[in-house]
Amino acid sequence: MAMKRIDGRKPEELRQLVVKAGVLERAQGSALVKLGRTTALAAVYGPKRLFSKHQQIPNKGLLEAHYVMLPFSTDDRIRPGTSRRSTEISKVMRLALEPVLFLEEFPRAGIEIHVAILQAEAGTRTAAINAASVALADAGIPMKDLVVSVSAGKIDGEYVLDLVGKEEEMTECDLPIAYIPREKKISLLQMDGDMPLKDVKGVMNLAIKGCEIIYEKQKQALKERWIDQVKTTIV
Amino acid sequence: MAETEQNTSALIKAEREFVVPGDKIVSSMEYLPGRNTFRDGDSIYSKRLGIMHLENHVISVVPLSGGYTAQVGDMVVGEIEDVQSNGWFVNMQAPQSCYLSLSGVRGFVRPGTDLTRIYNVSDLIYVKVVSVTNQGIGLSMQDDRARKLSGGKMIYVEPVKVPRVIGKQGSMISMIKRRTGSNIVVGQNGAIWLQGGDEALATTVIKMVEKESHKEGLTDMIEKFLNENAPPLPANQLPSTTEASPEAESENNLGGQIEKYGNEEN
Repeated sequence: MAMKRIDGRKPEELRQLVVKAGVLERAQGSALVKLGRTTALAAVYGPKRLFSKHQQIPNKGLLEAHYVMLPFSTDDRIRPGTSRRSTEISKVMRLALEPVLFLEEFPRAGIEIHVAILQAEAGTRTAAINAASVALADAGIPMKDLVVSVSAGKIDGEYVLDLVGKEEEMTECDLPIAYIPREKKISLLQMDGDMPLKDVKGVMNLAIKGCEIIYEKQKQALKERWIDQVKTTIV
Repeated sequence: MAETEQNTSALIKAEREFVVPGDKIVSSMEYLPGRNTFRDGDSIYSKRLGIMHLENHVISVVPLSGGYTAQVGDMVVGEIEDVQSNGWFVNMQAPQSCYLSLSGVRGFVRPGTDLTRIYNVSDLIYVKVVSVTNQGIGLSMQDDRARKLSGGKMIYVEPVKVPRVIGKQGSMISMIKRRTGSNIVVGQNGAIWLQGGDEALATTVIKMVEKESHKEGLTDMIEKFLNENAPPLPANQLPSTTEASPEAESENNLGGQIEKYGNEEN
């Protein structure tokens, strides 16, 4: 009885996903993630010395995440600069990524992540987290694992993965998660709307399944970026 | 021998295989986690993007990207950033603050000496890392190789490319030195000091090594480039007779690095 979705996908199907690592020459690490039309570009700098001394933490590094939607990313022009929404997403991105970083190895230092949304069509925070985690690995930052993120919801009694456009209005809830596959832990869980606990669990399990697929794509992207270097590196 | 075979079969990733953070390398207590790896439960995982390397039951990951991670014993090239009453702050492209204490200077310094007369701001030094703590990196000049670098210029390469710039047994750097006539000191932090000879050519060649480091036949490529661009060698140094003498090598401050990479060579 497989329900057809707005864009013809199956309920458990992701949008077309493209992950590329090392797309920016100047950044220490970078990544591009396209999930359908949603496009996130991430750049990582660091670890480097923090020059606002009051921000330095004596026993660990500081992770700074900056999320920004570019003016042309949506139908209506977005006013450039930070907004209430981008401040919130910057913060949840940082909280989602912090658990995998060995920040204690960089006392008093700082790591900066910048994510720009070039095109937005639902799921920008999940695309931002996916891009940021690939960019961190690309920059050679010590990590316990990559972080993967995707959203899921429930429409007409059926659990659906990776909501898009109008689906965000039709769904009973929009539940983005960030997932650490190796430890099977969740580092971000947000929910818009409300649902019985049973459904929340079902939706979460579906999102985790989606994460496993994205995880493989992320690893593949890093491999494609670096494979030429493997043969000749002096071990 | 059979035992070794059995052990290596427990490995999930092979020697020289590409790994990303979180990749499981081995699930066994037979091995120890080395650089850029960590243990969780009874498995060892990669911490960084790089290449798996196994030596004497120690698993490590050779990074392919990233900044300089200071290790005690590294020789680095740095620039004096600030002079304090008791030592110097040194800029060496590390995320921590780097301090050369007065006690790390060779010879006796009479109390009350103006420290700018020893090293002043913007002086370049070749210096040894003696401690890495939460407070920062401690440096010392008490090593035969450590010295002040007068004149010349500094260039920077990615720290992970330093082994390629030096080459196997120092082959790359000694070739560049011989053909350009420059004095070159390579710091583990990716800072490289050049002086004399054809500095511009040496810079071009080092940048080329950095950029093309992933290509096979790099040494041949660089040699060809030098043949086309460097002045011809004097008769007494023609390639057939250029078995670099050990004295010449130790003179140019590379002894330690050659030894280091020589040992790690398989």
